Amino acid sequence: MRNSKVVTLEEAVRRSGLKDGMTISFHHHFRGGDKVVNLVVDKLAEMGFKDLKLAASSLSDVHKPLIEHIKNGVITGISTSGLRGELADAISHGLLQEPVVFRSHGGRGSAIASGELKIDVAFLGASASDELGNACGVPRSENGKSICGSLGYALPDARYAKHVVVLTDDLVAYPNLPAGIRGADVESVVVVESVGDSSKISAGAIRDSKNPRDILLAKQAAKVVINSGYFQDGFSIQTGTGGASLAVVKYIREEMVRRGIKASFALGGITAHMVKLHEEGLIGKLIDVQSFDKVAAQSIATDPSHVEVSAVEYASGQHTGSATHALDIVILSALEVDTDFNVNVLVGSDGIIRGAIGGHQDTAADSALSIIVCPLLRGRIPCVVPHVTTLITPGKSVDVVVTEYGIAVNPGRPEIREKLEKAGLKLVDIKDLAAKATSIIGTPDPLPFGEKVVGVVMNRDGSVLDRIHCIKD
Amino acid sequence: MMFVPGNNPGMMADAHIYGPDSIMLDLEDSVTMAEKDAARLLVYNALKTIDYGDTEMVVRINPLNTPYGRKDVEAVVKAGVDVIRMPKTETADEVRELEAEILKVETEIGRVGETRIMAAIESALGIVNAYEIATASKRMMGIALGAEDYSANLKTNRTPGGAELLLAREQIVVAARAAGIACFDTVYSNLDDMDTFRKEVELIKTLGFDGKSIINPRQIEVVNSVFTPTEKEITKARAVVAAIKEAQAKGSGVISLNGKMVDRPVVLRAERTIALAVAAGVIDKEEVL
Amino acid sequence: MNVKNAVAGTLESGDIMVNIGPGEGLQIELQSSVAAQFGRQIKDLIAQTLEGLGITDAHVEAIDKGALDCTIRARVTAAAVRATGKDVWKD
Repeated sequence: MRNSKVVTLEEAVRRSGLKDGMTISFHHHFRGGDKVVNLVVDKLAEMGFKDLKLAASSLSDVHKPLIEHIKNGVITGISTSGLRGELADAISHGLLQEPVVFRSHGGRGSAIASGELKIDVAFLGASASDELGNACGVPRSENGKSICGSLGYALPDARYAKHVVVLTDDLVAYPNLPAGIRGADVESVVVVESVGDSSKISAGAIRDSKNPRDILLAKQAAKVVINSGYFQDGFSIQTGTGGASLAVVKYIREEMVRRGIKASFALGGITAHMVKLHEEGLIGKLIDVQSFDKVAAQSIATDPSHVEVSAVEYASGQHTGSATHALDIVILSALEVDTDFNVNVLVGSDGIIRGAIGGHQDTAADSALSIIVCPLLRGRIPCVVPHVTTLITPGKSVDVVVTEYGIAVNPGRPEIREKLEKAGLKLVDIKDLAAKATSIIGTPDPLPFGEKVVGVVMNRDGSVLDRIHCIKD
Repeated sequence: MMFVPGNNPGMMADAHIYGPDSIMLDLEDSVTMAEKDAARLLVYNALKTIDYGDTEMVVRINPLNTPYGRKDVEAVVKAGVDVIRMPKTETADEVRELEAEILKVETEIGRVGETRIMAAIESALGIVNAYEIATASKRMMGIALGAEDYSANLKTNRTPGGAELLLAREQIVVAARAAGIACFDTVYSNLDDMDTFRKEVELIKTLGFDGKSIINPRQIEVVNSVFTPTEKEITKARAVVAAIKEAQAKGSGVISLNGKMVDRPVVLRAERTIALAVAAGVIDKEEVL
Repeated sequence: MNVKNAVAGTLESGDIMVNIGPGEGLQIELQSSVAAQFGRQIKDLIAQTLEGLGITDAHVEAIDKGALDCTIRARVTAAAVRATGKDVWKD
């Protein structure tokens, strides 16, 4: 082979000039099915590296082997959008000396673009790559083993990292074009057995939720959307992936058909539901930074109006051209909302990290209308509280909160309040929601936080929003 | 009226958020014999503690001739239940027996006369005695059909069209109207067949029932949409009500609308339409007064 | 009061399973999905409910799945009634 870019992982690492103390990066497009982080960090540990900083777009349950690498000093710093499972639990209890830096997807994109987050070596998994490193998230040969769809979160890394290694489980002949990751940005290509298990990219069940509470929340949220004033021909929308969010799409669809309204685009994590509306002609374009399920991943492979965008193009606060600036309506979830409309999507009300910022900060800030859908109570855990455990999305960018006990509108948006009231929706004061929660479950004891800071929450403009303290047993 | 199993605390905690007119916590068929004691305590504590707002709270107790019935009455009356639903009612004497039992507990706690009774009729004998049951107690607020036991008792099965229930349904409506109380239809259990459910709700509305029993919040919307008067019906009813007020203001006994005299049944129907529209939340109560 | 082994409640979400057995004084072991925020209050409520029933010597193991206070009271009472054979209602 003429080209010498295709090498073993060990050789790729040697060529990269990686040294102790440097920063390595990864994307999380395979979500719970990711195999690249563990494979690469195991290899780096074996090669004797220490004191590496890991900059991932997100981390999840599958990355618990990192616990040992942290204990052994291989990994000494982490930046990510989120943490879940045993790794999150261990870090919440103080496993890592340096605080984890949490950024939104848009915030990470701009930090990489501005050089605030410097990446020495990016290790980027891809479902197909040619020997020059033109790589994408969909298979391009009958030998393809994996599919994750959009590679949006990996694109800033590919463009700005000093050294880029593509890992793929389907090496195809040049030209693997079009491709999001461009060979010109790539130094090495490594063929591996598997970059990820595509069956685990689904964020939630695709079938319609039959949970009556989800249905109730979804119907209420759909009423807010429909009567908000933004539900007009050519509107744009983004939704999350929980049962309630998926169901909202269903009820909005019915009303779009009834009124003959079409959306110009849907943004963000794209789901099978959005693909369906697009194929029915109800949504013009799908702007996809992350494919949330296999249907969406397959759609981006074949449909020219289903477009891959980078995290920067998706949601950067520093780039006026990012898509969130054109977004009308976003429907988001929350672990907690407080009486100032501040939202927490990262730290559980037990003080343990169990979530991800994702695009929450970005879309809430830039969209014309942000709607938070969450139950008032999850069992005995309150979701509307006097003060959020950790501040992720400031209340000034949150417009409406929908719960099963009522809908609250931010006092900063009186015109939305007026429209919803006119439509006959019964609105409540968010303080009454918090009081209702307390009347049902009682007042929780304060959490046993320690002194040590285990996480720093960045705002999308690069400022510090909040600090997460370790939790004591 | 939404049925909620009495031994399921998760469902009992938030059943009212779906907006049913009434909730029936069940101590009878949905609770196994081994759990009767625990369910009774759960229902007692839930009724005493949970704020169900304006929702009317009903508890279906076990029959008095079982080892559980009397303890059920004691527990739910002490907890302040609105209505006790008596299962498998066959005679007026059974109603009077329950009434005496309720009075005993009410007297003990000093809250006499607050607890009302609903009788579920679930057998051929009960249907034959429907009017006597409906008039057996001044506490009686309504009678309801329990179709599973009833159709088994008739030696037949339930069918989608409900031909086997026709007489029972009509008998219950007629008895309730003669007694001046409410009447409620039986449950429909197939949650995946909303079309047949809707047809059944339309049928029982035509027959004259005041409401339908449901087993899942997903059925509420169908019942409300069938029972909620249309805009046209409401407009017409408002005109009639306005004509009544005008006649009253004039001190006239004759109500006329558009130059025609309005008959008594038209007045009654208009008032019922307005009441249903208020209940469905389509129009405000204040607006009507 | 003589306390035998008895159990009430389930492991469903929103419920609490309460095991009661013989013991000296009140010993309460609690596993809860909301231990950090409500563990202390739940233990207090269990103790208070048992004392209200005249039970001062018992060993209690409770597994809580986010039950509300009214559910905890009901389950503890049910377990206690089963353990002592003494009902709270008239016969």
